[in-house]
Amino acid sequence: MRAAVLVFPGSNCDRDLATAFRAAGFETEMVWHKETSLPDRVDLVGVPGGFSYGDYLRCGAIAANSPICRALKDHAERGGFVFGPCNGFQILAETGLLPGALLRNAGLKYICRTVGLKVATTDSVFTGAYAEGEEIQIPIAHHDGNYFADADTLDRLEGEDRVAFRYSDNPNGSARDIAGILSENRRVLGMMPHPERAADAGHGGTDGQRLFAHLTEALATA
Amino acid sequence: MQEPAITPDLIAAHGIKPDEYERILEIIGREPTFTELGIFSAMWNEHCSYKSSKKWLRTLPTEGPQVICGPGENAGVVDIGDGQAVVFKMESHNHPSYIEPYQGAATGVGGILRDVFTMGARPVAAMNALSFGEVAHPKTRQLVHGVVEGIGGYGNAFGVPTVGGETRFDPAYNGNCLVNAFAAGLADADKIFYSAASGVGRPVVYLGAKTGRDGVGGATMASAEFDESIEEKRPTVQVGDPFTEKRLMEACLELMQTGAVISIQDMGAAGLTCSAVEMGDKGDLGVRLDLEKVPTREPGMTAYEMMLSESQERMLMVLDPEKEAAARAVFDKWDLDFAIVGETIPEDRFLIVLNGEVKADLPLKALSGNAPEYDRPWVETPPAAPLEEVPQVDPIDGLKALLRCPNYSAKNWLYEQYDSQVMADTVKGPGYGAGVIRVHGTDKMLAFTSDVTPRYVAANPEEGGKQAVAEAYRNLCAVGAKPLATTDNLNFGNPEKPEIMGQFVGAIKGIGAACAALDMPIVSGNVSLYNETDGTGILPTPTIGAVGLIAAGETPILGQPRDGHVLLMVGEASGHLGQSALLAEVFNRTDGDAPAVDLEAERRNGDFIRAQRDYIRACQDISDGGLAYAAFTMAEAAGVGVVLDSDDTATLFGEDQGRYLVSCNFDCAEWLMAEASKAGVAIRTVGKFKGDTVRLDGSEAPLAELSALYRGAFAETFG
Repeated sequence: MRAAVLVFPGSNCDRDLATAFRAAGFETEMVWHKETSLPDRVDLVGVPGGFSYGDYLRCGAIAANSPICRALKDHAERGGFVFGPCNGFQILAETGLLPGALLRNAGLKYICRTVGLKVATTDSVFTGAYAEGEEIQIPIAHHDGNYFADADTLDRLEGEDRVAFRYSDNPNGSARDIAGILSENRRVLGMMPHPERAADAGHGGTDGQRLFAHLTEALATA
Repeated sequence: MQEPAITPDLIAAHGIKPDEYERILEIIGREPTFTELGIFSAMWNEHCSYKSSKKWLRTLPTEGPQVICGPGENAGVVDIGDGQAVVFKMESHNHPSYIEPYQGAATGVGGILRDVFTMGARPVAAMNALSFGEVAHPKTRQLVHGVVEGIGGYGNAFGVPTVGGETRFDPAYNGNCLVNAFAAGLADADKIFYSAASGVGRPVVYLGAKTGRDGVGGATMASAEFDESIEEKRPTVQVGDPFTEKRLMEACLELMQTGAVISIQDMGAAGLTCSAVEMGDKGDLGVRLDLEKVPTREPGMTAYEMMLSESQERMLMVLDPEKEAAARAVFDKWDLDFAIVGETIPEDRFLIVLNGEVKADLPLKALSGNAPEYDRPWVETPPAAPLEEVPQVDPIDGLKALLRCPNYSAKNWLYEQYDSQVMADTVKGPGYGAGVIRVHGTDKMLAFTSDVTPRYVAANPEEGGKQAVAEAYRNLCAVGAKPLATTDNLNFGNPEKPEIMGQFVGAIKGIGAACAALDMPIVSGNVSLYNETDGTGILPTPTIGAVGLIAAGETPILGQPRDGHVLLMVGEASGHLGQSALLAEVFNRTDGDAPAVDLEAERRNGDFIRAQRDYIRACQDISDGGLAYAAFTMAEAAGVGVVLDSDDTATLFGEDQGRYLVSCNFDCAEWLMAEASKAGVAIRTVGKFKGDTVRLDGSEAPLAELSALYRGAFAETFG
């Protein structure tokens, strides 16, 4: 299985995501933001956390217009798999690959802590390892993670079973406690929490590791 | 442009004393130009020249087999085995943070990160030690919010985990908050980069962000006391851009791998002036700069402004001319400025030229080597008032009083604003005691702690100085780490006052003795003096940052007590209540001497803890707040109740040094008792972990109630 992790100049979870991909068995390549194409035969693209271009404008807004993101959109439109935690989710929302937007946290403060997430659907390559309704512990670390979309969009996401995770105790004001959502074809996942920070018993636990392990298996048979 | 005439007022406005000006005249044999006056002011202020402290700093132990590079470079370098090194330093950004808390604190973090990656190390951990005024003071709330957001805003975006630190409140900091930032990085021991230039005629290269008018005269501002005109000093505070810093780090680390870097120095205090002089001075070379080549943010900047700007995220480097193209390509990749702005010259000369016009022409060595050095008069701090009688308090009431005050309540509100997990190697984040990270890709771990108890230092500078080092030592031992080395951030008042200088001298003596006895040499540091407002100084606050190593194959001590565990106390206690947390927070008293530090016992007890790691489930040092507070925090973290066998105020809240609490099962407790007696270490059972209440002999409260108080008080005050 081949994965690529995009690297924007202000990405700072790129290594963490690549480490988690590699530990799960992906052959992983780092791809610089000025590139115009992804490596050949890439199955999965990771859009990492961090502050892509400093995020002085809306988080992810400039990254969404970078050369590599045109290639990312093509990959997604061809049915490729995409995983974007934290800033990755913000970028995916800005590119339009996922609906909605991430606003400033309701409490107006950056929050870094481990939170409980309820698995809202098991119907995806990302969440198939979990049981429906299971609570897992995953760290969050963001200033702008307050998920917002209009009521119709939220209804549609729920109606199509595209909410992947919900917060057990909403830390940031996200609409309907949404922590992560899937694309229409269920192959793009954006989420504010960081499963790659819970992919190793020595750091943050292993609840996130299951996501990556399942991803390898599911993609091998997909 | 016509430069201002040199008048006594202008000289005084540059913080240059009349006798110092005489010295300038002697050195250059003529009246300085305006730009030259600015350069002298930048190099000779307290912040850059250490003129009041140098004499005493020289007495500190700085060597050991583990030390690769001690003080004098951008950061200290210490061997951690396998060809790897940890590079670290702590530095203050006190004055700017008081004037503009967000940017002051943010650029403090930026500055210390730059110090670390300038040496070729990738930053892997950060800490911060903060001192604020009393909660009721009208500025405190705004400062806390601004400083914490600034630290988070910079460190989080840069991508370094904040794994530890400390925060205190005391009226002594009402007019002068302290913001001490620590950073540590990892490098290959044989790929450390230094600032000494070498080779004549080599290009001097400017890297990073453009130069603006921000921070002009910042270092001089930071070397003065505050008064009511402080608001006018806002333009001397720099503005930080963590995104540029992140790119600068990546570009520098990439550039270093090309072999193009001969020497490198970040532009911190006094910007271009200080970095160029440093590189020339250490390499016994002169430097010529052609300022029209400096990338500027706005047109029309004068030589004076360019030389004194403290714009952030900039570096100066001496380049191997053959590798210029490769070097330029790296900076193009990261979209950063790369400009050759001058060259190294053979003679002892600092030559500043703007559009062909000489703006400054000074002997370079004189700027640092001939900087004034003072043997300031000092008086020994008088012995503290003897301890008056301390009434017995109900143990639970005493504990609650501590848990609800901002000094001793949990600081999650604050720590959670910092990313403590980025880089995915954090084993133990901020909260209590040392933070621990893995050395990426290895089985080794590094532990970090920052400590000082300013009350102790005020009462007894020498014992207080020792205590700061001893507590750092204990925090490292308590996670099973071998203490390696120390960085000191010495925050004091006005050194021209003999009593303040006496505090400084005493603290240095204590710190030196403890670092020597505990084999934790000082490898880097920073001095911040003149922390006074309207003539009132802060509590003497020599913050000690320390680093320890958990070698491959060694288990860290990171467990938590379990129901049924025995609670043992390692170390002796006499119930020392002088200068204790209980006395300060409950009785609003600061009488009595600071607790004495027995350095031999510290070492013996620390060695014992590390040697017995496999028998210890959980460990914590006992520091301010005493036995009751330490036992509570252990129980609270584990969510299990605790019973202590005493209700005596001095036993529960005394702050005798050299002590640890250890939790383990009964069998291990027996083993530890036997081993302790062989090693000559004092140990005894003081209680046990059980149930869901905290019981201090006859006085008890539900753990949940105390926990809610402990966890809620800080956010309630500041949220």
